[in-house]
Amino acid sequence: MHNIFFATVRRDLKIAYRNSSDLLNPLAFFFIVVTLFPLGISPSPQVLSGLAPGVLWVAALLATLLSVDGLFKSDYEDGSLEQILISPQPLFMVVLGKVVGHWLVTGFPLTLLTPVLAVMLFLPVDGIIALELTLLIGTPILSLIGAIGAGLTVGLKRGGLLISVLILPLYVPVLILGTLAVQAGVDGQSFAGHLLWMGSLLVMGLGLAPLATAAGLRISASS
Amino acid sequence: MSFDSFSAFLAMGGHGLYVWSAYAVTLVVFAFNAIKPVLMHKRFLQQHKQLQRRELARENTAQ
Amino acid sequence: MGRVWSLFHKFASPKWFYEISGKLLPWFVAMTGLVLCTGVVWGLAYAPPDYQQGNAFRIMYIHVPASILAESSYMMMALAGAVGLIWKIKLADLALKTAAPLGASLTFLSIATGAIWGKPIWGTWWVWDARLTSMLVLLFLFVGVIALRSAMENKEAAGKACAILALVGLVNIPIIKMSVEWWFTLHQPSSFKLTEKPAMPPEMWIPLLIMVVGYYSAFATAWMMRIRVEILEQENRTQWVRDRVRTA
Repeated sequence: MHNIFFATVRRDLKIAYRNSSDLLNPLAFFFIVVTLFPLGISPSPQVLSGLAPGVLWVAALLATLLSVDGLFKSDYEDGSLEQILISPQPLFMVVLGKVVGHWLVTGFPLTLLTPVLAVMLFLPVDGIIALELTLLIGTPILSLIGAIGAGLTVGLKRGGLLISVLILPLYVPVLILGTLAVQAGVDGQSFAGHLLWMGSLLVMGLGLAPLATAAGLRISASS
Repeated sequence: MSFDSFSAFLAMGGHGLYVWSAYAVTLVVFAFNAIKPVLMHKRFLQQHKQLQRRELARENTAQ
Repeated sequence: MGRVWSLFHKFASPKWFYEISGKLLPWFVAMTGLVLCTGVVWGLAYAPPDYQQGNAFRIMYIHVPASILAESSYMMMALAGAVGLIWKIKLADLALKTAAPLGASLTFLSIATGAIWGKPIWGTWWVWDARLTSMLVLLFLFVGVIALRSAMENKEAAGKACAILALVGLVNIPIIKMSVEWWFTLHQPSSFKLTEKPAMPPEMWIPLLIMVVGYYSAFATAWMMRIRVEILEQENRTQWVRDRVRTA
């Protein structure tokens, strides 16, 4: 039960390590998207520090979304997904392992990179702390929800844009909670309530999202 | 009746444009939802009638 | 229990449903026409004008039922998806398939009439208000279900995938609504406040009630008309459909 989980995580990490573009592309994307905002709107510190929470959260959300599209793709193409489906191992644990693996190569490094970008957008220190904490809890939720979309669209040739249409509306609560928490941090208010809410969303996602993903994978593989 | 005349009814106390355009949009959407299945039904019958006719012709020539 | 079960399966048989809905449909069309006409005439011509909004409030009679129907049609769609997944009933999949575009059109109506109502009352077409924003997200959820179905070629797989997506959306709707409301209360714009309106007199809310009933009836009618065509498409190889096509 646990073995299959850790084996899946280890395998995906190894693949990501070998194929370093998996690791670097989401981060590069994140960095470039954030850079576009000062260029497109204004370089003024007042404007940017107001925009920073939303910009960083939206960019993190898009980076996760674009990378989650390929979560099951290679397994589907080389036939190992079918092997997993017919094996007696619990699919729930495999999916959970894949999601954790995905978070470790996208959401987590992204969280580590964010302070640099936050400083470049003139976000105050209190806001950066809130941003880091919310990203730490929030990016796994993004991976979990994204996996549902990836599972449903894995058999389709052009899933890229479709997965955005399916998944982005479901990202709304995470985005709202994240940016509100950062705003509260900037204003010097407590954001513990936001973190608790996000934490409960994470727990719910951990329990339910792999179920939906597993069901989606079975459908995609059978067609 | 809460209006004195038909023109007052149309004017809706100055809000006529908004009220009537909202009702017009609703009418269009309702009409679409009503007509769409009728058209779908028509197209289905057309297609499958043709299909059956062709099948019948094929059976006849086979005999 | 056995009787209930067999009734359930009989109801789920496409042929039986096609026949019974064919008999019911004229009644539904008549009822929808009657109720909607009564509601519209009463609401537009006989209800007294609002003491604050004047006659612009008459948009309420088409806006509020659209919003109610938009949300309940998503619920119906997800419920049909659950029934289809659990009991593997083909009819439930068709129910989901037909509810999606209808629900999307009602959500669009709710947003469009809301915007038109907002212009004279708030002075702007669009406000980033909690209810408007949740409606917009609901529209996106409907669009997602429709897009997923049109992208998948295998019909059976598409039905199941849409059912799962609809259920995931259903779980998310209360969370989305809650977070949007929280977001709105913290970003509350000063100029527009949607405070509770004073209680409406009966001559104002009775037509509203009639309109809500009319919308439900219209939804049921349109849904039945559509699902009947879908049944024919799905069962096009069976003898009874072939007979129907021949005699039509």
